[in-house]
Amino acid sequence: MAFNYDEYLRTDKMPTLWCWGCGDGVILKAFIRAIDKLGIKKDDMCVVSGIGCSGRFSSYIDCNTVHTTHGRTVAYATGIKMANPDKHVFCIAGDGDGLAIGGNHTIHGCRRNIDINLILINNFIYGLTNSQTSPTTPQGMWTVTMKRGNIDPTFDACKLAEGAGASFIAREKVSEPRKLEKVFVEAFKHKGFSFIDVFSNCHINLGRKNKMANAMENLDWIDQITVSKKKYDAMSEEERKGLFPTGILKQDEEALEYTAMYEKVKEAWQNNTKVEL
Amino acid sequence: MSKREVISSGNDLAARAAVDAGCKFFGGYPITPSSEIMHTISDLLPKVGGACMQMEDEIAGICSAIGASMSGVRAMTATSGPGISLKAENIGLAQIAEVPLVIVNVMRGGPSTGLPTRVQQGDVLQAKNPTHGDVKTIVLCPGSLAECYTETVRAFNLADRFMQPVFVLLDETLGHMHAKAELPSLQEVEEGIKLRRQFVGDPADYRPYDVPDDEPAILNPMFKGYRYHYTGLHHGPTGFPTEDAEVCDRLIKRLFNKVDAHVDEIESYEEYLLDDAEYLVVAYGSTSLAAREAVNRLREEGVKIGMFRPITLFPSPDAKMKELQERFGNKVYMAELNMGQYVEAFERATGMHRDEFVTHFKANGRPISPADMVAKIKEELL
Repeated sequence: MAFNYDEYLRTDKMPTLWCWGCGDGVILKAFIRAIDKLGIKKDDMCVVSGIGCSGRFSSYIDCNTVHTTHGRTVAYATGIKMANPDKHVFCIAGDGDGLAIGGNHTIHGCRRNIDINLILINNFIYGLTNSQTSPTTPQGMWTVTMKRGNIDPTFDACKLAEGAGASFIAREKVSEPRKLEKVFVEAFKHKGFSFIDVFSNCHINLGRKNKMANAMENLDWIDQITVSKKKYDAMSEEERKGLFPTGILKQDEEALEYTAMYEKVKEAWQNNTKVEL
Repeated sequence: MSKREVISSGNDLAARAAVDAGCKFFGGYPITPSSEIMHTISDLLPKVGGACMQMEDEIAGICSAIGASMSGVRAMTATSGPGISLKAENIGLAQIAEVPLVIVNVMRGGPSTGLPTRVQQGDVLQAKNPTHGDVKTIVLCPGSLAECYTETVRAFNLADRFMQPVFVLLDETLGHMHAKAELPSLQEVEEGIKLRRQFVGDPADYRPYDVPDDEPAILNPMFKGYRYHYTGLHHGPTGFPTEDAEVCDRLIKRLFNKVDAHVDEIESYEEYLLDDAEYLVVAYGSTSLAAREAVNRLREEGVKIGMFRPITLFPSPDAKMKELQERFGNKVYMAELNMGQYVEAFERATGMHRDEFVTHFKANGRPISPADMVAKIKEELL
């Protein structure tokens, strides 16, 4: 029997506002399948999104949803999670959302290792506002603000997450929806901050001016710049140039999670003792 | 119910009031002169099962507090002027999405970094219009240590009643002043708590923003079976984004009407020795402490003078100010620690221009002393 996505969708909000062929729909489906696989109840989860095309993600899922301001998903989600430590909190951010205007919250969400799942929909461009350079736009590509070729160095979001202390880090791409679903399942099961960098296509606002004007061409390019972690690990520094490893890059189940640590703060105050981690 | 007598500071009392009023989440960032609120509440909240988060910046402070409030708990943030400037965008989200929140601003000298450790009342108009777009804020301004407590409690009840942020404007003087204060009993505070309304019917019938044109949205706690959507976009009765001209028009008008139609529930002021007065002093916040003393000194000299002290600054007590102006004519003295921000409200309410009465402004980080006030009143008013 075909998987019933409608169970988790606000079907009256369909069709989505996303362009034809947009990778966001693939991510939405993988997200729903992962939720279903884990048996997470719609009343026990909250999806928090920011601004940009990815910002609309929250409005399509039939659960507690919040469409916040630009870049602030993780900050809002932190308050929701701290007030409801036993609930599942998911953040959806774009590359501009989560790495530029909201970069600080991404860093500190990772650092606290609070049990929030941050899905970074990384399409390498500001899509909704029409093709401005984002922190992940490859050097040399056309953007509306760098028409002769982008000079801004490219941002590796997973390295940032690692440096900041996230305990689960993965990268996947929309051309591999089954792998994406599997990574989501592992991320959502993980207790701690889960950071998933999902490479997605924006053939409309990135591709059109960069010789990949249809979705398939854009996806082919994503395939060219990605390689499995296993292969990546076996490569020399020279071979790794311009490539991003995919799969689960870090999974530390021992790292202390923030809401659990805060429970110890409560105990310490209530029992007049010191926090022991 | 017996009163409680404490020795404390305005910042400490605001924090204690929040916890007594049932606040369960605080999100903030260190800033002078408001940090002591976070110092106190970070001790108190974990004791009652709540959480205090020192966030990575001012923006995260308010966002986390709004998030917690969206999920259904009472929440607060506290800061000073520069912090409000940073929080501005998200204050707007709480206004349009109708999320209750208490925002304490312990005012310091501005603009910009200004005078971090000194007093000013320079954020009065910022509190009236803290964000882009049309909003109707509620702004409370304690005039004593006891009121730092009682007005913070009232702010929580008003936030839940009107489903929007409520500002409590302290200033450096009140925030750091340490003295005796008489507080209501804890029982009285707890009995006065009025939590936000909740929809109790079938979730299929729940339309959170489908309310009368002068009432706030009814937003149930998260995770209780009522799955709905919050957004900073204009939205219709179900909470989902829309650009429908009529729906947008109705939304913004309702956000104004819900406050304007219930001013009687929000308005608060004190009339001090006005019964037989021939001269009127208008002052609020810490400036009213000096003004009260000035009035007392002048009374001792036989001058029939009294004070009007707005406690709710916005919505402003326009009818009352008009009534007073009609009674006192231009025998009015108004003092504030800025360049005339609340004088603007007085002018608007009364139709009188500031040149027609006596104003006393100071924005150099120093309070106006009672002696200065008496001298100015003798020179220019009597």
